[in-house]
Parts: sequence; C-alpha cells; structure tokens
Amino acid sequence: MISEVVMPQMGADMEEGTIIKWLKNEGDEVERGEIIAEIETDKANVEIEAFDSGVFRKALHAEGDTIDVGTIIAIIAAPDDDISSYENGAAKKATAPAEASKEEVPADLKKQDHATASTTAAPAAEPVPQTLAPAARQDGRVRASPVARKLAQDNNVDLATLAGTGPDGRIVKRDVEAALTGGVKSPAAPTAAPGTTTTVSMSKMRQTIARRMAQSKREAPHYYITVDIDMTEAESLRRQLNEAVEEYPRVSVNDMIVRACALALQRHPMFNSWFIDEQVQQHADINVCIAIALEDGLIAPAILDAANKNLGEIADASRSLGQRAKSGSLKANEYTAGTFTVSNLGMFDVETLVAIIQPPQTAILGVGAVREVPVAIDGNIGTADLMKAALSGDHRVTDGAQGAQFLNEIRRLLESPAALLV
Amino acid sequence: MAEMSFRDALRLTLREELLADEKVILMGEDIGAYGGSYSVTKGLLEEFGEERIMDTPISESVVVGCGIGAAMGGLRPMVELMTINFSLLAFDQIVNNAAKLSYMSAGQISVPMVIRMASGAGSQLSSQHSHSLEGWYAHIPGIKVAVPYTPRDARGLLKTAFDEQNPVIFIEHTALYARKGEVPDEDYAIPFGQAEVIREGTDVTLIGYSGSVYQALGAADILAESGHQAEVINLRTLRPLDVETIIASVSKTHRAVAVEDDWKFGGFAGEIAAIIMEEAFDELDGPVARVCGADVPIPYAKALEQAALPSPQQIADAALALF
Repeated sequence: MISEVVMPQMGADMEEGTIIKWLKNEGDEVERGEIIAEIETDKANVEIEAFDSGVFRKALHAEGDTIDVGTIIAIIAAPDDDISSYENGAAKKATAPAEASKEEVPADLKKQDHATASTTAAPAAEPVPQTLAPAARQDGRVRASPVARKLAQDNNVDLATLAGTGPDGRIVKRDVEAALTGGVKSPAAPTAAPGTTTTVSMSKMRQTIARRMAQSKREAPHYYITVDIDMTEAESLRRQLNEAVEEYPRVSVNDMIVRACALALQRHPMFNSWFIDEQVQQHADINVCIAIALEDGLIAPAILDAANKNLGEIADASRSLGQRAKSGSLKANEYTAGTFTVSNLGMFDVETLVAIIQPPQTAILGVGAVREVPVAIDGNIGTADLMKAALSGDHRVTDGAQGAQFLNEIRRLLESPAALLV
Repeated sequence: MAEMSFRDALRLTLREELLADEKVILMGEDIGAYGGSYSVTKGLLEEFGEERIMDTPISESVVVGCGIGAAMGGLRPMVELMTINFSLLAFDQIVNNAAKLSYMSAGQISVPMVIRMASGAGSQLSSQHSHSLEGWYAHIPGIKVAVPYTPRDARGLLKTAFDEQNPVIFIEHTALYARKGEVPDEDYAIPFGQAEVIREGTDVTLIGYSGSVYQALGAADILAESGHQAEVINLRTLRPLDVETIIASVSKTHRAVAVEDDWKFGGFAGEIAAIIMEEAFDELDGPVARVCGADVPIPYAKALEQAALPSPQQIADAALALF
C-alpha cells in the first residue's frame, strides 16, 4: 500500500511549512508512528509521524524547502509498490485529505460543540521562535549531552536555540561548537555606522505577529475601558497563600488576575468567544492565554480550562507554559485553543497596557504594575495599591456597557479576593 | 624481542619464577604429568620434580585451601584451577579465606598466592563450561584480578602477580592461548592498575579486557571504514582498575563503549559505565554503551554460541549509535 506523507496543517492559519530535516533515508524501514521528519511552521517546529509502516521510498522535497500545506512530501510504500507516478518530482496535492497528526487535534477543541479541529481557525497565537530546537521535548527539557551542556554553559550558549544532530535529535558537542564558530553566541547589540540604514530581516515569528496584529486592527473595531483595581487585599491573600501552601509554585499577581478573569468569563460568556466568518462562537471551555515575551517576539499560550483550576494549579500551569514557551515545546492546542488573553506588563513598572485583541478571540485584558498611589478616601487623601487594567473588546461582538460590567466583575473579584478561592 | 604464544609466555614466566625462588610451588589438576589442560605447565614436572609441581585430587576447594595454607606458611604457591567454571567449587575458600585473612588478622597474615584459571567461551563447551566470571572476583575487596590480552601482558602481569602479597586471580581467555605476540627478551613486569591504550583514536573509546580486546580491535577496524577513529583500551587488570586512563581517553573522545564477554546485567561493563559517569560526566557526548554477552547461558551450538558473544560488528554498531 502506498502511503502519501503530506505537509500537515498545524492550525488553520498555517499555509506552508519548511522541511528542516529528514530523519529517514530513502530505503529505510519505517514503523507506523515513527518520526520521519521535522518541519518548521510559523509557530513551532513539529515532528511528522509516519501513518503507515513500510519502506521510506522517496523524499519528494529536500531539507530547507518550503512547501504548501497538503502537498505530498514523501512516499512510504512496500518495497515493490510502483511509485513511478510520484517520481517526476512535481509538487502534488494529496489525493486524500491530510491525515492529522495526533498533536493537531486538541482534545479541548474536540469537546467544544461549536467547532471541529479541522475547520476551526486557530486564534492568533503569537508564534514560538522559528529557531526552535528540535531537541526540546514536550516537557520543556532540552535533550543535550553532558559535554554539550558544559560547553554551552561555559560559552553562554542557550541550548534551546540549537538544533541537535546527535542520536534522537540530541544536542551534542559538535552542535555547540558549530554554534560557537557560527557566532550564534548571545548577540551583542549591532553597532551601525552613523547615517546608515539597515534592513533587518523578519523572523517567521515577527512576520506572523505583523500579519495577525494588522488583521486584528483592520477587522476588529476595538473599544477600550480602563479601571483602577485596588490590589491591597489581593496582595495580602497572595502573601498568606504563599506562606501557607507549599504543594504549588508561588502564586503571582498574574495568576490571580487569570483566575479572576476565568471566573468573570463564566458570568460574561460573550467575552469568551471567537468571531469567525461573521459568526460568534461562544465557548464552554475557558482557556485563558497569558502573553509571554520571548527574545524575538512573544507568544500567548493558554492555561486550559482555567475556570476549573484553583490558584495553585494556575500558578503551576503558568510556570510550565513560561518554561515551555522559552524552550519551544508548547503543545499545539496550547497555542490554538485560547479563548481570552491577559497581557501583563507589570514587571516593567508601567501604568498599563492597552492591548490588541488576538483574533479570533474578541477581548483582551492589559494590566500594568501594582503601584502605591495617592487616592481620595472619604474626603481625605490616603494611599492605595492600585493596578490599572484596560479591557480591549471587539465591538462586533460586545458593547462598551457589557465591557464595563465584565471589567467591574474582574475588579470585584480582585478587590474581594476570597472569591478567588472558591 | 621474541614472538611467542600466550601459553609459552606463561610457561616461560612460571619457569623463571620456579628458578628464581625455591618457595614457589605449583598445584593443580593435571598440571604435572599431563602438562596442564592448556599445556601451560608442560615440562615443569620433569624439570622441578614432584615436590614443587603437584598434581592434586579433583577438589578445587582442597586445592585452593592447600594453597592458602602454604601461602600463610611462607611459600609462594601458584594454584591452577583449570577453568573459572570450576573455581565456583573453591569460591568459599577464595572469597572467605584468601581475600579476607589479611583484613581479619589486621595484616598479621598475608596470602601471597596466584590462582590461575582459564575463562571465556567460544569452544563449544556449552553453558556450564563457558563462563566469564572474572567480574565476580573483581567485586571482592582483597583480591586482585589480572586479565591479560597479549603474550606480553601474560608475562608481565604474571611476574607482578608473583610479587604480590595478596591473592591474585589470573584470568586466561581460552581463545588467547595459541595467539602469538612480541614479548621483550629482557626481564620486565607490568604493574597492576596500568591499562594499555592498544590503539589510539579520537572519536570513541572502546574498553575491553582479556579476549574482548580482540573484538574491540575488530570493531575499531570497522569504524575506521566509516571514518571514525576508535581508541581501544586494554584494561589488563580489573582490580586495581586504571580509572585514569579510561577517563583521559573518554575526555578526549567523549564517547565510550564497554565490552565484555560476561553478561551485561550486574556485570563489570556496568561498573566501567558508572565510573565514567561519576568521574567524567561533563565529558560525555552520549550515554556509555555496553556490549556484553547475551543474557542466556552460553549455548552449545556453534552458531548460537557465536551469536551470544560480542562481535566486532555489534561493538561498532553500538559505537556508531553514539554519533
């Protein structure tokens, strides 16, 4: 039986992918489920599995080629199958629909009755860096040999930025040496001569951010609502939690905001929706994305089912996402299943952030730092720990009055934070 | 420099020891009139007489026990146990007495005794007569274990064994007896704990001892065909073990394959791997590989027996998997 391997579609907005590496040579035996290639999409590096056992008869494209989604890239067949029709090298669309890899169908999406994985547009998950190391595993650990680790550490090379060429994609000594001689070492700020202009090539991640954000601003009419939230009680609760509870990572202010948003979204489901093809798809699951800055851009993976996670579980999930976003090992549904986003720039000590909605989501909350500021209290001037929060809403789906109620609910939950515990 | 067989190098050395020190005596089954099961002691009875070259009853426990007593009493006995398979009958004497008397007497008693035994498979002697159990002896504090590969090793290590104040298990792989090699004419000894880099290389370290060095060298030839320069280490003694040479080599090549005929599970190759991991973790570019005998009693059938033992191709494959 002849099995066509096609360029898979990892999320609805993926149009093409680049073959990074063939892991099989022509003539190699292939088992169903074996990894046969690594491809780069604008979001992540992905491994392609064989869907049938047989002989890896033919690679129709070379490493480095960028190929449209759905195009046949290789043939797995029995040794005596006639594959001559494929051998003229012409790019062909698959005769059968592309079989999705396991990663591609997030269970969380399947559960939602409004969408199926194959037809749902992916939200504008900001992509992971294009130089994702294949060596990075799902759990975020980079697979590298001890001597490679030592060499990388001694020379300040970030292993997560390297691709491993050793067995099973392990980063070995030669990979770090290649990075060192290739000057991949932590880049110094470029020094351009006065008066010159340099054209900086955009990474795939930057290109995607550019495209998605422009699409959002072009298509989604944003309205903005800003409130001050008194975080005194929330801070106090957070301290108590972190002193008393040991089985979870420390809860951050952002974890509390995520929890508050998740609870508020239960009461205001219109903000937990996607706008696709002039239709509003309201989600049962509440998957709150957190924006994570990366060296070359940002990504906003989702804390899945955030409404059913307690603060500790959110802290745990958030930490895991942060680590895996940096090592490039997020799962596909984590950057496709988000239904609402929190973008927090508090660590940069800014007042607030008025954020752009990630389509097809319809709202985003931008927050700034918690600051001690003078406030009027019963006719006197006092101080309070305030945090500015700005809701950006898609006016096609909700109106300012709804946004105000939703934002007030978030404020109420954070100012009476005991509500976050139940 | 003379070329001679492993067997002749041993006989030459035994004769020299007998000539040099009248306290040296040889005991064992069939070592006298028959000249030894592997002809190592041929002619010695005729030259040195029954008082010094003693044929013993077929009772390994008795033979080793007599040797221990003789050593305690001031003689320099060499006991031949024919093969390591039969040494199991003397295991209690070796482990509980020979290895421990010096410790238990606070050094008042020493047991300077050489226990020679053939080891290894490959001659279709079936599972009961094809053991490679030298790793068991290396496990025991109080015993030194010599594992010569070349005729030069055989002579130099046997010399050192006769100078030891502690019991020495002297392992002779049956496949090596007839193999010839250069042996220096002059008097020399090879100190224990001094491995030999028998082939230099830069890409992977193959560590073997006794017969497995031969397989490792074969693997190095195979690897050279694909452009990988393997360094081969001949350990020469398992205890003391020359950790320094192993670590220096792995620090150069960053990859290691430990090879032995014995079973893998709980075996000496695992000890080598653990030591490399402990001492040179940051040098490793991959896990230490082990190529050992198959996890079955050695089969009798020729093809199956060969399949159960490490082959150069297996070793080369294990090495290539590290690149």
